[in-house]
Amino acid sequence: MTADAQATTLGLDHRKLAMWTFLGSEFLFFGAFVAAYLLYVTTTAGGPGVEIFDIPFTSISSFVLLMSSLTMVLAHNAHRQGDLRRMRMWILATAGQGAVFLGGQVFEFTTFYNEGLVFTQSPFASSFYVLTGFHGVHVFVGILLLMSLYALSLTGKVKRDQDLKTEMIGLYWHFVDIIWVVIFAVVYLIPEIAVG
Amino acid sequence: MSATQSHDTESHEDHHPTARDYVNIALVLALLTALEVSTYFFDFGPIAIPLLIVLMIIKFVMVANFFMHLKFDTKIYKQLLYTGLAFAVVLYTLTLIIFVFERAPSV
Repeated sequence: MTADAQATTLGLDHRKLAMWTFLGSEFLFFGAFVAAYLLYVTTTAGGPGVEIFDIPFTSISSFVLLMSSLTMVLAHNAHRQGDLRRMRMWILATAGQGAVFLGGQVFEFTTFYNEGLVFTQSPFASSFYVLTGFHGVHVFVGILLLMSLYALSLTGKVKRDQDLKTEMIGLYWHFVDIIWVVIFAVVYLIPEIAVG
Repeated sequence: MSATQSHDTESHEDHHPTARDYVNIALVLALLTALEVSTYFFDFGPIAIPLLIVLMIIKFVMVANFFMHLKFDTKIYKQLLYTGLAFAVVLYTLTLIIFVFERAPSV
């Protein structure tokens, strides 16, 4: 490596190093909300509890998000090979699956609200909405990043040899996916078995 | 190398899985998810919750190792990710223990 403006004294690209540091710190952010949820999972104030969850529906959403990680890594793979057309196709597929997941979350929240699980109903309701809502915000930000990458690639501002840009957005997207892997098990499935 | 052309700064080109490898990994992840969901439909008894935790960890590590390339990248990235995770697990486990013993406010 020559005197690269992006390199650190570790010999690594500082943007990627910063992304990994950010992702590591995000565990503390989500950990707080998961801990609050676990603390209040049975504190329903007479309102709906975990029995309100529609596990088959959420399973499909989870599957869609998991498969979006596949299309994301295929986008990065295509970019590494210099195939920008295929990269853009996989980026669109990833953003589309993210949008399907978000749509599912909006539908789920609306259904829960109509069934009496209002945000201020109980500590259970608040902790559930805050945790899953913040995850949804992360997915939304991911979709914006993906669409920005798509647009920049179309206008020639992302070039064939700049696959690090796709990789960085991919890291963020995969992180959002692994957080959902945890949420799906800890928030939905385990309480459904333990409490429901 | 220009400021924006840095994809070879860490030279891990030779170790990346192929597209077919990624599809195979995704298939395994899909199967593990199906097994997770099956705990809702079938009674797994006392092993259900430990099984879900194990499946969650396997899926987590697979995505991090293969899709995020932690398996092929420098160890520093792995340390950054898992240090953050370890901090969070220790901090919030202790917090939960304290809250449980101190009795959290309830409604």
